[in-house]
Amino acid sequence: MSQTATHHEHAHDAHGHDAHGGHGHHEEPGFIKKYLWSTDHKMIAQQYMWTGMAMALIGGYLAYAFRMQLAFPGKFIPAYGYMSSLQYNTAVTNHGTIMIFWFAMPVLIAAFGNFLIPLMLGCDDMVFPRINRLSYQVFLLSAIVLIASFLVPGGGFNGAWTAYPPLSANSEYNMAHWGSTLWVLAVALEFVAFLLGGINFITTAMNSRAPGMRLWDMPLVVWMIVVASILFMASVGPLVAGAVMLLFDQNFGTFFFAPEKGGDPILWQHLFWFFGHPEVYVVLLPAMGMSGDIIATFSRKKLFAYKTLLYTVFGTGIISFFVWAHHQFIAGIDPRMANIFTVTTLIISVPIAEMCFLFIATLYGGSIRLTVPMLWGLAFVGEFLLGGVTGIFLGASGADIFFHDSYFVVAHFHYTFVPIAVIGFFMGFTYWSPKMFGLMLDETIGKIHFWITIVGFNMIFIPLFFTGLWGDHRRIYNYNNFSQQARPELQDLRIIATVGLLIMISAQVLFVINLIKSFLITKKKAGENPWQANTLEWQCPSPPPHGNFSTMPTVYRGPYEYSVPDRESDFFPQNEPPAA
Amino acid sequence: MIDRFIPQVSSYAGDIDNLIYFVAVITMAWFFAAQAIFFGFIIKFRAKPGVKAMHIDGYDPKHKRWITYPHNAVLVFDVLILIFAVKVWNTVKIDLPENTEPTIKVIGQRWAWSFQHAGIDGKLDTSDDVFTADEMHVKKGENVVFIGTSRDVLHSFSVPVFRLKQDVIPGREGTGWFKADTAGIYDIQCTEICGIGHGVMYGRILIQEPAEYDAWLKNAPKGEAIAGAVPLRPKAIDLYAPATTVPVAAATHETAKSAESKPVEAAKPAEAEAAKPAEAAKPAEAAKPAEAQH
Repeated sequence: MSQTATHHEHAHDAHGHDAHGGHGHHEEPGFIKKYLWSTDHKMIAQQYMWTGMAMALIGGYLAYAFRMQLAFPGKFIPAYGYMSSLQYNTAVTNHGTIMIFWFAMPVLIAAFGNFLIPLMLGCDDMVFPRINRLSYQVFLLSAIVLIASFLVPGGGFNGAWTAYPPLSANSEYNMAHWGSTLWVLAVALEFVAFLLGGINFITTAMNSRAPGMRLWDMPLVVWMIVVASILFMASVGPLVAGAVMLLFDQNFGTFFFAPEKGGDPILWQHLFWFFGHPEVYVVLLPAMGMSGDIIATFSRKKLFAYKTLLYTVFGTGIISFFVWAHHQFIAGIDPRMANIFTVTTLIISVPIAEMCFLFIATLYGGSIRLTVPMLWGLAFVGEFLLGGVTGIFLGASGADIFFHDSYFVVAHFHYTFVPIAVIGFFMGFTYWSPKMFGLMLDETIGKIHFWITIVGFNMIFIPLFFTGLWGDHRRIYNYNNFSQQARPELQDLRIIATVGLLIMISAQVLFVINLIKSFLITKKKAGENPWQANTLEWQCPSPPPHGNFSTMPTVYRGPYEYSVPDRESDFFPQNEPPAA
Repeated sequence: MIDRFIPQVSSYAGDIDNLIYFVAVITMAWFFAAQAIFFGFIIKFRAKPGVKAMHIDGYDPKHKRWITYPHNAVLVFDVLILIFAVKVWNTVKIDLPENTEPTIKVIGQRWAWSFQHAGIDGKLDTSDDVFTADEMHVKKGENVVFIGTSRDVLHSFSVPVFRLKQDVIPGREGTGWFKADTAGIYDIQCTEICGIGHGVMYGRILIQEPAEYDAWLKNAPKGEAIAGAVPLRPKAIDLYAPATTVPVAAATHETAKSAESKPVEAAKPAEAEAAKPAEAAKPAEAAKPAEAQH
């Protein structure tokens, strides 16, 4: 593997004037080139991030609307109105779709991947800057198509984010012909965007590392994003094919999934989950990587057994391709298959558990600073543990007969996805925003925001484990129609969950206040390396100029050399030459 | 704990609950142990002035064993859970009772359950079959093998008190079984999203004493009383828009109506050249009975 960085040609050279040579001679581009047609990885990262956050607002609003309906069925919902059962289905469908494909993916992989990979590897941009640009543009288009799907006649798609046919394939069933067509189209476009981005991440990490940086010297989060991109590329093909088939079934009279004409609805489930399960790890790994980097930095410790950690990542990645049918235990597949997939599903608990152990072990003997990013980084581990262990209930096929499509499942995967997406976003944002914007966030507001968000989050989903245990099944707009679910005790739990959501949503006002205060009023300069971290992104100015490093860094050691004995300072940047 | 609100009514409900408790004990022990160590470390190793963190890379066997031991323990517990889970799974889903003919057909359709009970001859698809909508009759204490199928989209036949769930698929007939231990009336749910009426797709299971069941079977009207999908749908729509919440009902009705007419419009440009008025009109026809109810 090449150990020197490749000096690649810059895309903007092709635009004519201002052709520049090597590092350090980047001109500040004009408005159009800076914002609309930027090929700068940092700008693209920000665009992904703000777009992802805007989409998260829509996703959160939908969650607010349907949780209000569940707590107070049939009542007027402030800022929404009355919710019909079809609107309820539309809301849950698009909440799931948005939060996974238009929030978790763009923020965790695309935003942080774009921002961090070149900076952490010590190069000036992605290997393919124009593909990077195209990736964001296709992504933006996909987001617009998705939003358009709410506005077309018939309303948005309402067949759940898993889009099982025949419901999703036939507008006689889902009553939203244009909504479902645009939904599938948006998802397919979004995959194209992330394929383009993924190519870039993998190529850049493999070919464009600073001199001296071996693969084993890459920070954890870079490794994680690379592995996630590989997983995504390897798994998404079948689903893109499936999406095209679904689009044809919806619009051109084919019958891939229509049983009355010889099609097979179960085929879609296989295509979807063959992608869908690795997808869980596609978003998990970057969050895990950020958490590892943050925990190492703020406990001033080396990551415990860094290479072992990477082997668990590779193991998880490989096994994740062999667990998909655990989503289909009771879907009508041969029941003997369930036993095989129970084995693989329980096996995957081993590397994931080991990752958590290694993170906890990293804390041992540390000098822990509970800054805001550290709080988020630790909360990720603490909360994800509960999401992880509750997965065992569902992987155990015998128990899944009862739990399948119950609120226990909802609570379980929110205990994985909320730490991944929400906590993951906040830990990444609070840790790297000094680099991204050159300004420090307010720690006090940050801590209050953290605690209220965490309390709200747990208040939503702990009660839902119990409603699931007591028979609440998913995607029901009003439980009063089911005599056993209409009990006041269960309704109380649903109301507690909704109150939790209101708390969690209100807490985000504090985040906005923090942004306004820190970026517009106090404007406390961050300096190059406010957290005294080792990795290369902290060795260039904040915010990094176009082209990042004034001189290309040379790497002498791994990313986690904290508290090295016989050294005065407790950190040792990767590019600092060893003492003679 | 689970039976606080949903009693164990099938012969295997206890097995499934015990499996859940078994997994709960193991995972929660791990969870709380991990959290205790996690928080313990955070508190114990808070930064103190003048104290430097340790420099441990984690590869020293002396340190590594703290990962290896729990790693192996996780494997052992995984195997234990696996054995229990597979045993329960085989009981419920693979090992059907021997020498038992299927006596009930469970049919899912938007948005109601209908049931075809074998008549006194004990065989399905004969002239003395009893058809019901929404209500499934079951003899207490008898092994029942059922066939599940669907008329339109995917549904999932779920009886929480049995701890039983099985998707039903259009164009396929799946088989399952249960033995009900306690007489009573319990909920049937649909647990696979099936469209606008998914939230009202409930049924009732009536578990009857053998004599009571036999009497019901003898006196029930025989033959296919339920013509098909259409007569069931208005009931479901009435229920999903109950009169007590008028604004919701009005809103849904509007949405439903406008949405139902759309596929026809959408199909028009494509169909115009092909000149197939009969096919283009189909969705509208199907929608009519539902609309007529309001």
